[in-house]
Amino acid sequence: MNWPAAQNEAIKHLAMKQFSIFIKKEFTHVLRDRKTLLILFGMPVVQILIFGFALTNEVKNARIAILDQANDPASHQLITKIAASKYFETEQAVMNRRQMEDAFKRGSIRLAVIFPANFNNELLHQHNAGIQVIADASDPNNATTLTSYVTAIIQDYLAALNKTGQTPYRISPEIRMLYNPQLKGASNFVPGVMALVLMLVCVMMTAVSIVKEKETGTMEILLVSSFKPLLVIASKAVPYLMLSLVNVASILLLSVFVLDLPVNGNVFLLFAESTLFIITCLTLGIFISVKTSSQQVAMLISLMGMLLPTILFSGFMFPIENMPVALQLISNIIPAKWYYIIVKAIMIKGSGFNAIWKETLILSGITVFLLIVSLKSFKIRLS
Amino acid sequence: MNEPVIKTNKLTKRFGGFIAADEITFTVDQGEIFGFLGANGAGKTTAMRMLCGLSIPSSGQATIAGFDVYKQTEQIKKNIGYMSQKFSLYEDLTILENIRFFGGIYGLSDRQLKTKSEELIDKLGLQNEAKKLVASLPLGWKQKLSFSVAILHEPKIVFLDEPTGGVDPVTRRQFWDLIYNAADNGVTIFVTTHYMDEAEYCNRISIMVDGKIKALDSPANLKASFGVGSMDEVFYELARGAKRSD
Amino acid sequence: MRTIRFLLQKEFRQIFRNRAILAMVIVMPVIQLLILPMAANYEVKNINIAIIDNDHSSYSQKLISKITSSGYFKLTGYNFSFKEAFRLIETDDADLILEIPRGFERNLVRENGQKIFIAVNAINGTKANLGGVYLTGIIKDFNGEVRLQLVPPAKFDRTLSIDIASSNWFNPFLDYHVFMVPGILAILVTMVGGFLAALNIVKEKEVGTIEQINVTPIKKHHFILGKLIPFWVLGNVVFTLGLIVAWLIYRIIPVGNIFLLYSFVSVYLLAVLGFGLLISTFCETQQQAMFIMFFFMMVFILMGGLFTSIDSMPDWAKAVSQFNPVSYLIEVMRMIILKGSGFKDILRQLGIIALFAVVFNGWAIFNYKKTS
Repeated sequence: MNWPAAQNEAIKHLAMKQFSIFIKKEFTHVLRDRKTLLILFGMPVVQILIFGFALTNEVKNARIAILDQANDPASHQLITKIAASKYFETEQAVMNRRQMEDAFKRGSIRLAVIFPANFNNELLHQHNAGIQVIADASDPNNATTLTSYVTAIIQDYLAALNKTGQTPYRISPEIRMLYNPQLKGASNFVPGVMALVLMLVCVMMTAVSIVKEKETGTMEILLVSSFKPLLVIASKAVPYLMLSLVNVASILLLSVFVLDLPVNGNVFLLFAESTLFIITCLTLGIFISVKTSSQQVAMLISLMGMLLPTILFSGFMFPIENMPVALQLISNIIPAKWYYIIVKAIMIKGSGFNAIWKETLILSGITVFLLIVSLKSFKIRLS
Repeated sequence: MNEPVIKTNKLTKRFGGFIAADEITFTVDQGEIFGFLGANGAGKTTAMRMLCGLSIPSSGQATIAGFDVYKQTEQIKKNIGYMSQKFSLYEDLTILENIRFFGGIYGLSDRQLKTKSEELIDKLGLQNEAKKLVASLPLGWKQKLSFSVAILHEPKIVFLDEPTGGVDPVTRRQFWDLIYNAADNGVTIFVTTHYMDEAEYCNRISIMVDGKIKALDSPANLKASFGVGSMDEVFYELARGAKRSD
Repeated sequence: MRTIRFLLQKEFRQIFRNRAILAMVIVMPVIQLLILPMAANYEVKNINIAIIDNDHSSYSQKLISKITSSGYFKLTGYNFSFKEAFRLIETDDADLILEIPRGFERNLVRENGQKIFIAVNAINGTKANLGGVYLTGIIKDFNGEVRLQLVPPAKFDRTLSIDIASSNWFNPFLDYHVFMVPGILAILVTMVGGFLAALNIVKEKEVGTIEQINVTPIKKHHFILGKLIPFWVLGNVVFTLGLIVAWLIYRIIPVGNIFLLYSFVSVYLLAVLGFGLLISTFCETQQQAMFIMFFFMMVFILMGGLFTSIDSMPDWAKAVSQFNPVSYLIEVMRMIILKGSGFKDILRQLGIIALFAVVFNGWAIFNYKKTS
């Protein structure tokens, strides 16, 4: 063993020791702040509960008004049928169009059904009557769906009325919901929540904790020490990497035991990919911290600048293929989109690595790119 | 002699089981420069914060300028100035803006504000810097500015918490000139420090050890009673028995 | 009053001096409002459908061409086995499967009725829902045409029919932007106000300037007001910019009274700023304040009715939404801007928000301790 090698060995050993000391320091910082910690671990739980049990795309319990100008047997029968539907709540009985308009403007109804005078008569004697359905289309999808529900009820009624019990030559569609009959979409949002939570937590926490050291001047002290800049930064990222992995685990546990959504694919692969994504987010945080100099700016960028775009462009609430082409292109630079695809593939479809290597490659590419750019501007700042 | 401006009786502050200030009793007369000494962690800042109305005592009594530290904290605040250990003027405002802001908060009229701020800037020789951000000032200037802002509204008492930490001896000397100047105008000075040469500048000093006041007298009397030649030695005699430190 | 003047002077100076923040607070919402409504598009077109035609009859062909020419559907798989079609669903290449059984045409004509099978990929909730609705609609239309062909008019006349005239109020072209823009603007205004307020007091704590303030005889409510007003102004500026963007880009002009809209937003801003300041008084570091605000913001946004309607939520979630200020703003923005609702219509929401404003600010003043 020659002498310089031993010296190198010693320096390396020292560096490793310093590194672990710094990581410990960061951990103490993170763990001491109980409020932040509570939110850090509470957030994924609350989100899973909200998405799992509060939000639904299904339209039901819509409040509607019925303006019954006929007040005859036929209108009464139809009203009873509509009222019995789980889609509607007919609390409002309005007397005239004026009241109906007011109810729309108050937001207390989403749809109104208007029976003309002589509804029964026209239906039975002229074999044809009219009904007016007005929907509050300020929410367009809601309006479309509700109108189609009401139409279906009226047509069912009509079919029953036509003695044979059926209109002739009737095609009756039978709809089967694949995967989740309640339209709950757990398989859709669990990957989405994972992407969202990891993205925002990692980016914000790293960005802010580095910028804070810059702001208070302690960064200077760290940098003049014999410590390598890269290690200073890395030691800040490691605790968040670990905490985020705990979050991944807790989301998966919730998903399996509370939402009955099993992980169909390989769990290790899922964790490996999550680690990659977390590292991507941490480098994004580092990138932001290098480019900014005040905590507030870093926070505003990583939250206000990223919260809505992440929700929208990851594709879990709005289908990306519906967006204009320019926005579809933008969505490609959102790491959460790729991670979302990966998680969905592993969790739901049970795919292996061969199905997601492309996405993995893209995430790695983004990470390397951010890392190189950050290190470059970091060095420029130092000199 | 009129009523003392600071009067405490067995003033105590506990944080859980930890007694930061333990039955402190002393008085300070008007116009006096009162040094409040102690090692780090001895409880100086805690005691001072109680006197300023920033912290409610756990037990004991105290009046500041005749006002009670439990019930009349806001009246106390009208009559005192305070300069904290950590620089606490707004770094993103200019010197002039800071002066006008704090003057305004204390209710000075526009005319007073104008004359006072001109006076102050002249006195400190900051004519060229008046419109610069405070962040750009060197530490020594910041401290002089803080002190001047603290006495801008002509308080009866001014509390200084380690006002000269981290500056060179020349600047410290200048700072003490400002203090004497204020004391000559009848302002009572209550100052914590751990520079023993500064202790010599005070009329009377008290030395705190582990939350208790262990000595209280003029520097000359203290040196005599301990039979030593300098305040350093007095302090060392008392402080070496201390159990707690930072 | 004099004290407030000095406080305001100071706060505004600090805001204007920090150009980076100011620019972000103004520019970021505008950019997001330009881009996000186009991304948040539930207007479901391009629903991917796989059709299995086991009949190969002229009727089945007609039905298929009717579906593909409707503009809603894109045929991504044709005449696979059900297993293959199912595979398409698994890989997300199809949202719906329509299976036309063997003997479709014969049974329809001879036996007077025939079933048809639709399988929906329910992972994508909205698409599933609307896709199903559209598809059944098309099949019904097709059914009507077939019936007209097959049934002699005389016989047909005897069956009863009801004409349903449906109309879409407030948004006749079912434009999704019209729905999203007010909602997204509401969120952006909330974020600007909430985050800035949450960070403000706690920043003074972190830097230490709060000490110097606490030792002055300043009144607590003056201090809070001094913080509140500048951000209130800033919030209104952002809101105004948002309205301008909505008008220039999306051609959305408030139908209702603009003063009413501003009045509501003004009261709302007091509430959300109060909430931010309250969080600020609870925290020791900016990081903490930001994170806690972020948590609430997330819950507020998700449960605020921006993406999914509150009507459809379970009762407990509806109850939670009652305490969500954001849900009131989104609702009222849509009411006034899209429906032209008046003062009486929004009275309930205005009352609740005013109550929030009083409670949050009162609590913030109470919780801001000059003396510990």
